[in-house]
Amino acid sequence: MSLRASELKVGDAREQVLIDNLTRTQIVQYAGASGDYNPLHSDEMFTTQVAGYPTVFGHGMLTMGITGRLLTDWVGDGRLTHYGVQFRSQVWPGDTLTGTATVEAIRDESGAPLADLAVRVVNQRGETVLNGSATARLDP
Amino acid sequence: MAVERFPIEAGHVMMFARAIGDPNPVYYDEASARERGLEGIIAPPTFVQASAQFDPDYGLRPKIGEPWFGSGREATGVDRSGGGAGGGGGGTGLHAEQHYEYARPLRVGDVLSATVRPGQTWEKEGRRGGTMRFSESITEYRDQHGELVVTARSVGVLTSRTVEREEGK
Repeated sequence: MSLRASELKVGDAREQVLIDNLTRTQIVQYAGASGDYNPLHSDEMFTTQVAGYPTVFGHGMLTMGITGRLLTDWVGDGRLTHYGVQFRSQVWPGDTLTGTATVEAIRDESGAPLADLAVRVVNQRGETVLNGSATARLDP
Repeated sequence: MAVERFPIEAGHVMMFARAIGDPNPVYYDEASARERGLEGIIAPPTFVQASAQFDPDYGLRPKIGEPWFGSGREATGVDRSGGGAGGGGGGTGLHAEQHYEYARPLRVGDVLSATVRPGQTWEKEGRRGGTMRFSESITEYRDQHGELVVTARSVGVLTSRTVEREEGK
């Protein structure tokens, strides 16, 4: 599936609950799949006693990965030309994350239509955990 | 991260898609991917991060026979009193930003290589983390034909003290 430029306008937005009650097990799953075994994400003893955090927390890249689905479910598979984020706040076990993607511009590049999107993810306290942008190829 | 050979493998892509909670069948089922007009199974947009698995020097993976800074009998397996990224001394290395530019999606069967170069460095005073030192690295992923497929720009930050979790969380 893919989006047509003619069906999309600036200001169109999609909001989706990306994760409800993040589990430590999912963080471990991400560590295993990505290869980032930083103990800060899975090792409670190290994280609390050595690094001084209250508990383990999610990889920023787990949040970016989860958020990618919001984009690809909307713009289609293999359509992104750009996806970039800033990690604004940590994501803790038990957090619920809601993402919003908003069309900021629709433009042509070498005759091909593109959509620029703003991306924002907030936790259950309304704090922004991720801010970013993406660009997707559209069908005419 | 510099990687000589990063094969895009079906099982790895499936596990990665599960880990990010994405049930889209284009990440594990060939027939579904083709029905949707793709040449085959593709990888999710952030999958290149998993090239860490193929980087022999990647620092955040325990190495066989080497001490690991995570806990075992003790809270850490190494003396990190000097501080440094990811551990002791109160300061911590964290991922601040990640940006990707895509020429095309990655497909199962691709074999990538990656080269990395440093970008800019800068400092900022943080409200919660003291002085924050940012550094950028740029990784170019090329396919088996030498074509650039993904450019990744990563920004890391070292804080001079541990970021506090706010009250009531």
